[in-house]
Amino acid sequence: MSLDASIRLTLGPLDLDMELTIEEGEVVALLGPNGAGKTTLLRAVAGLVPFRSGHVRLDGRVLEDTATGQYLPTERRPIGFVFQDYLLFPHLSVLDNVAFGLRSRGTPRREAAEKAGEWLERVGLKPYARAKPAELSGGQRQRVALVRALAPDPRLLLLDEPLAALDVTTRAEVRRDLKRHLASFRGIRLLVTHDPLEAVALADRLIVMEKGHLVQTGTPAEVTERPRSQYVADLVGVNLLQGEADHGIVRLPGGPVVSVAAAESGEVFAVIHPRAVALHRTHPEGSPRNVWQGRASNIELMGNRVRVRIDGEVPLVAEVTPGALKELDLIEGEVVWLSFKSTDVGVYPA
Amino acid sequence: MRRERVPIVVVVLAAIGAAFFILPLVGLIVRSPWRDAVTALTAPETVDALKLSLLASLSATAAGLLLGVPLAWIYARVEFPGRDLLRALTTLPMVLPPVVGGIALLLAFGRRGLFGSWLDTTFGITLPFTTVGVVMAETFVAMPFLILTVEAGLRSMDRRYEEAARALGASRWRVFTRVTLPLIGPSLFAGAVLCWARALGEFGATITFAGNFPGVTQTMPLAVYLLLDTNTSFILSLVLLVISLAVLVGLRHRWLGSA
Repeated sequence: MSLDASIRLTLGPLDLDMELTIEEGEVVALLGPNGAGKTTLLRAVAGLVPFRSGHVRLDGRVLEDTATGQYLPTERRPIGFVFQDYLLFPHLSVLDNVAFGLRSRGTPRREAAEKAGEWLERVGLKPYARAKPAELSGGQRQRVALVRALAPDPRLLLLDEPLAALDVTTRAEVRRDLKRHLASFRGIRLLVTHDPLEAVALADRLIVMEKGHLVQTGTPAEVTERPRSQYVADLVGVNLLQGEADHGIVRLPGGPVVSVAAAESGEVFAVIHPRAVALHRTHPEGSPRNVWQGRASNIELMGNRVRVRIDGEVPLVAEVTPGALKELDLIEGEVVWLSFKSTDVGVYPA
Repeated sequence: MRRERVPIVVVVLAAIGAAFFILPLVGLIVRSPWRDAVTALTAPETVDALKLSLLASLSATAAGLLLGVPLAWIYARVEFPGRDLLRALTTLPMVLPPVVGGIALLLAFGRRGLFGSWLDTTFGITLPFTTVGVVMAETFVAMPFLILTVEAGLRSMDRRYEEAARALGASRWRVFTRVTLPLIGPSLFAGAVLCWARALGEFGATITFAGNFPGVTQTMPLAVYLLLDTNTSFILSLVLLVISLAVLVGLRHRWLGSA
């Protein structure tokens, strides 16, 4: 059992070209900035957005294929969809919302109500069966939306920003619940998020997309350890450089050469943790091979660390302690030297 | 806070304007033969007119819902060339003098009309000067109110609820009946009430197309006109006034655009 989708479409400024293969039992998060086309891709898989060329196959069954002209309308696809703001039917009770999918697929009224009741029981909302969605809290609505999508027993569960509509205080709790409920569903789970924390917490595998295209895919650990785009590097909070590796050095575009302790060659990414970048007021003495001068363009307190963005030949972010910053006596706009050790540079093929 | 001074000219003209509307109502209420109200209301011709009016206006509303909701749906949801023209044509009776509507209906559905003669010779069906003719005339004049109100409702509803229903396996019919219609319920209700009120008061098209036969085509407004200057006409006018007022109060939130 698997999902296999290949979708190319143009929608306004978005030019989407994506291939998706998801195996049985996987929880996959589509991660990317706003406007990357994540939601559009999800909607295309559901049959809600037409695409120019491509196909969607689920368990080997063709849901849509532009080559053969096959198109199974959304209502006949074995999918469950949790919308960003849930879209619970405001005129129906919580129970009728959950029973809606079952009734649509021909389950008799009594049986549908019974099953819907069981689903509500499972997420602890049985007492709210007769309530209208408007009477529920955000977290409760989220659970109703989830069981409404799960009740008709879909093969594929699509979730669009399942936690975005919640405020920060309830989000962590709802995320824990969601992870538990997602784990109890055995089909394919594909969720869209722009929040890396959410993606890492909920998914077995991340698919990072930007501007309609795949940037990177892998387990959360792989993606965070070896970011392959500035977007991911920023999310993870590391410095990412790209250049040509050649016997212990990486030549960056425009000339600078970074000394590294890796034997890679060819086009590579080099990742440097901001904590490995040291700052100096004068040219540092000693062992570091990688030394550049730059200008502190931005100084920001982040928790118990200070992030200093340095513009220059090799723009980098350094992370120091507030004490170290005080010793440096550095303010924004001033010239500063930065250095890092070759052994602190992670290198992997681009 | 200082109150803004209202120019005296504006106040005087506004007062005259208000009096222009209020005085006729006062006249109707003061000069109505309250003592004979029961007698006038229970007189056979009054009861006939009342019954016919209710039957015809409710039938016109039903016809409006049956035919007007699909039209509104198409206007709101389907892009096609000539849509604006078609909408203009189907809502023209809102501004057309009703008597012109009546003439047009006669020319189309009269015994010698474009389709009327065919109906007559093929099926032996005669529409003008029948109760069905009354319903047609009222539908013709009143349905546009329903079409426009329902179209506005369809346009302002969040269509993603329909997508949510489809993703739950609902057929198009089920989406329409279980999600779309309930969500535009307020617009549907307002449209139906407006349509009904307009049908109830219809005069010009009705008398032109259906004539004025007691018990068959003589609705309340026609009876009021025929019995002009009698107690019965005053009482019937009062009944129509009360109904209009009830509709206005019932829909005031929509008229005033407040929540």
